[in-house]
Amino acid sequence: MKKKFLGVVLSVAMVASLLAGCGDKEDKPQEDNAATEAPADDANGDAEATEAPADDNAQDEGNASGEEIYVGVINNNPTESGYRTANDKDLREKFCPENGYKAEFVYGDKNEEQISAAQQLINNGVDYLLLSAADTAGWETVLEDAKNAGIKVILFDRTIDAPEDLYEASIVSDMDKEGETAVNWLAEQGLDKYNIIHIQGKMGSAAQKGRSKALETKVADDDNWNIVTQQTGNWESSEAQEIVQSAIDAKKEFNVIYAENDNMADGAVKALDKAGITHGADGDVIIMGFDCNKFALKAVKEGKWNYDGQCNPFQAKYIEDIIKKLENGEPIDEKTVILDEKYFDSKTITDEDIETYGIGE
Amino acid sequence: MDNTKSKGTLAILGSFRQLIIPLVAIVILALFNLIVDPSFFHIAIKENSAGNPVISGNLISILDFGTELAILSIGMTLVTAATGGQDISVGSAMAIAGAVILRVLCGTDSAPETIKAPIIVAFLISCVVAMIFGAFNGVLVSIFKIQPMVATLILFTAGRSIGAWINSNRLPVVSDVEFTYFGGNIPGMPIPTPFFIAIACFIIIALVLKFTNLGLYTQAVGINEKSSRLNGINPTFIKFITFVILGLCVAIASLITVSRVSSMNYSTVAKDIEMDAILAVALGGNALSGGKFSMAASILGAYVIQFLGTTLYKFDVPSAAISAYKAVVVIVLVVFSAPVVREKLSALWKKIRVSKKEAS
Repeated sequence: MKKKFLGVVLSVAMVASLLAGCGDKEDKPQEDNAATEAPADDANGDAEATEAPADDNAQDEGNASGEEIYVGVINNNPTESGYRTANDKDLREKFCPENGYKAEFVYGDKNEEQISAAQQLINNGVDYLLLSAADTAGWETVLEDAKNAGIKVILFDRTIDAPEDLYEASIVSDMDKEGETAVNWLAEQGLDKYNIIHIQGKMGSAAQKGRSKALETKVADDDNWNIVTQQTGNWESSEAQEIVQSAIDAKKEFNVIYAENDNMADGAVKALDKAGITHGADGDVIIMGFDCNKFALKAVKEGKWNYDGQCNPFQAKYIEDIIKKLENGEPIDEKTVILDEKYFDSKTITDEDIETYGIGE
Repeated sequence: MDNTKSKGTLAILGSFRQLIIPLVAIVILALFNLIVDPSFFHIAIKENSAGNPVISGNLISILDFGTELAILSIGMTLVTAATGGQDISVGSAMAIAGAVILRVLCGTDSAPETIKAPIIVAFLISCVVAMIFGAFNGVLVSIFKIQPMVATLILFTAGRSIGAWINSNRLPVVSDVEFTYFGGNIPGMPIPTPFFIAIACFIIIALVLKFTNLGLYTQAVGINEKSSRLNGINPTFIKFITFVILGLCVAIASLITVSRVSSMNYSTVAKDIEMDAILAVALGGNALSGGKFSMAASILGAYVIQFLGTTLYKFDVPSAAISAYKAVVVIVLVVFSAPVVREKLSALWKKIRVSKKEAS
């Protein structure tokens, strides 16, 4: 009996702590914002040409119009990746009361969750609905409802399968272009022979398809480009480590590792270190990664990696541009806005780049 | 009573019959590799970038990368035997345990120069946390009588977010060299450390099963909860304790995983490892409905899965098809190791022997 009682108490305590945990989590991002506002502003600032004045302007305008713009943001869960965390943080910093916005943030990994959240936001009477959809299909009905309610929809980060007139604009990364930039950079390195270990992301994801496509095309076209191993690491570092270890065990000759995200490039490097194979700027193997995590850019700076391609999470300023245009009644030039995306090379990267473009802390 | 006891001990050591399926699977995989490309078995000693000798080769990789799965299969076997259900939250729980290790080692810094606490402290705290989460599952299953898969679904869904929350969504990197030893090599020792950790775990669980009643009681509860209660066993406690033990296994596995890359990604770390752990139990010929079990067979089952994975990598199976290949092999293995098929096969074998005898 005593034990049973203890068990009940224990379980209640645990459920309580779990609930408390959830509660904390809701508040957490805002706290974070407050705590780290200054450095994060820097991060955005550089993307804009002039940082402080630009922010001040936004503030003035917000106060001048006297009326808050009510935006509803539907995003994927910030815990998904460092990229998503940075994306969420960027949005939260831009769409805050100081900048003249009243914002409501909703997260969902599943389409159904997101659609019902959208319905709720429409009922709440938002002015703008900002949407990064979990899945491409199934959005027509709810977006039509939004349209009928006079709510303007802006897609960011991910596009959807819906008639173009249902949304004002979509702001996306061009994954094909990210791959092409990386492959062009690799071609410029002028190696005699390219023997590549290609570690793919989760098969079928947009990032995997885009980043694989450019490399596969190049390998098909050029005789001196070979893929010696091509395998999916499912974005996970330890899987990538295993794949590279397997290639080393099979005594394959390779001089390039093309990993489709930073975590997998990191795992690959761990396998090379274990086998005593040199890599990076002065090494035998060229290391390429994507996403521009801070740890990755630091590795590029230290010359352990050669290349890191950006996948730009700082989308808030693009969204705000469009909102401003719509508020002023100006026409939108292009329905699809492609984000500017950079790349970093171990020869040219600076500490400032790491601070500005690195995601995570 | 004596009779059951000796039977229990036998099952603990792994009744040989049950070991046959995973052993045959390993032999078949080994033969396949030997025929197609004997260099699969090549083992070499190399120098790593720190200048220390490291032994490498496919077989070493199997023993190395199969460690986490083998350790998890220990706990999963006990949970399966006692509750007749499975814990599907181990991957998420690993994210939590790993997050705790990183939180203790790195504090609120994301890449501190020095670690903030000794590694052993971080590991012990993560053990406690993982065992508490195991206990949470255990309470739901044993006291509230919730189906294990449903009960652990809660943590399966929430675990990765909890992990991210523990570190306020940062992905800290541990810079300390000593921390890499657990998932890599201790300088001067060519054999990867995970291998030794695995051996230590196997010895401990073998001793526990041999010198305590855990194995016997677990099986008794799994076979018939009511009659085990009538015999003075507390089924609630037994079920509860198996989840706590699984929690400990999770903490050990996550230490190795986090140590491999000195960091981790909450959303992808140990993704789907729960399914592989359940599969290891099934491959070991253990009934997923609980009852009798063979620990050694489960552990072998885990290495079969890793052997298969390494073989598929070795033969450059296209990324898009790798899951399909794995599925086909797994279906065959699971069907052959299913208790029903095993009985049918042994009956058939007896028949053949009898008819042979009659003929002679």
